Amino acid sequence: MWKWLHPYAKPERSYQLAGKLLPWFTALTVITFVVGSVWGLVFAPADYQQGDSFRIIYIHVPAAMMAMAAYSTMAIAAFIALVWQIRMAEMTVAATAPVGAVFTFIALFTGAAWGKPMWGAWWVWDARLTSELILLFVYLGIIALYNAFSDKVLAGRAASILTLVGVINLPIIHYSVVWWNTLHQGATISKFEKPSMAPEMLWPLIIMIVAFGAFLGTLTLMRFRNEILARENHRPWVTALITDINMQKLTGEK
Amino acid sequence: MFKAFSQVVSKELKGAFRRQSDILNPIWFFIIVVTLFPLGIGTDPALLKRIAPGIIWVAALLAALLSFERLFKDDFIDGSLEQLMLTRYPLPWLVSAKVFAHWLLTGLPVLLVSPLLATFLALDIETYWALFLTLLIGTPILSLLGAIGVALTVGLRKGGLLLSLIMLPLSIPILIFSTMAIDAAAYGQSYLGLLALLGAMLVASITLSPFAIAASLRVSVS
Repeated sequence: MWKWLHPYAKPERSYQLAGKLLPWFTALTVITFVVGSVWGLVFAPADYQQGDSFRIIYIHVPAAMMAMAAYSTMAIAAFIALVWQIRMAEMTVAATAPVGAVFTFIALFTGAAWGKPMWGAWWVWDARLTSELILLFVYLGIIALYNAFSDKVLAGRAASILTLVGVINLPIIHYSVVWWNTLHQGATISKFEKPSMAPEMLWPLIIMIVAFGAFLGTLTLMRFRNEILARENHRPWVTALITDINMQKLTGEK
Repeated sequence: MFKAFSQVVSKELKGAFRRQSDILNPIWFFIIVVTLFPLGIGTDPALLKRIAPGIIWVAALLAALLSFERLFKDDFIDGSLEQLMLTRYPLPWLVSAKVFAHWLLTGLPVLLVSPLLATFLALDIETYWALFLTLLIGTPILSLLGAIGVALTVGLRKGGLLLSLIMLPLSIPILIFSTMAIDAAAYGQSYLGLLALLGAMLVASITLSPFAIAASLRVSVS
């Protein structure tokens, strides 16, 4: 089983694989995004309690889920990077972190925009909002640490360690925030209990979750390819690739 | 094995006592920060009592941050950290000794001045005991978590600010559980469950973080 996996520890092969996967992910993203957002934002029926503002969940829920998914990706990659010393996994950590941070920010922003009409405030110290905010802090810490090292090999290793420390801490943070919240606020906020959704509302949500997942994949693949090129720019194959592209440009102009 | 541990601890303590301002300054900072709050928001005892746990814990967190630099920085600069890594003892073990010494120099003084601050902030004796116990269990966790952050940033020129960015989000559970325990004590409820949770976190961080610290140091020194 490992035999077919081994060649991908080589940057060149990983780069080519990512290049092959990229169009598929892009296509899936575009299709599901168009279908899901048009269906969800235009055709799905309005909620009987929340009216049209419920439609924000078509952005909010997928973004929040993918923010978590991105962190899980990073944690698995960080584990692989530290245990088996595979550099490609370090690059995956570095490539995923900013995407995850942006998704977390989107989830927070849409959450605030939804909270304004529903709770009457842009921000409440709800347990889920708070732990999402802390997730954003953790992401920013990892990115800051990665950028602080000038030697990117060390940077990748340091970021991997911090990712793993974070993955142990995040569940603790989440539950501590939940308990803190129940003790402090109690019933002042009637929590948004998810009604068992009608299928015509649920289907666009599922499609949007797929769309965000594919979007996460697309962005990560793009950043992963960039990361490989940036780190391997002294290798002959990268030079060859760049001259190739330049040649194509020249011939194209003629 | 244990001799190596105690030798590292005593070397750290000797070094610190020769430069006493390193120990005293974070404590002064801690006391001054706590003093600022009554000056800033008024001296109503009921109000002070209400916010005392939060103030003391946040101040302890900030004071701990100030003292973390010296945990590995000097040893990193003069090369004794590398010598420590070259000894035949396991690095996680030696690192635990350093963290223990760091706690003796920063966590313990916080505990010692806490009665003074409790008086400043009008805490009654029951609440004070809760504060004391949470500090007793919580400050070692802070030292261990902070040591991971220091180990990651020690090789960087501007590691100080980065250290706080990394470490503060991770220390949020300690802050939450400690202040919840003190609040519960202030309302006369039992806070043993929360202390037990803090204790569980202490056990987890004692067992896991030395390995993370050692791995981070290997990254920083290489």
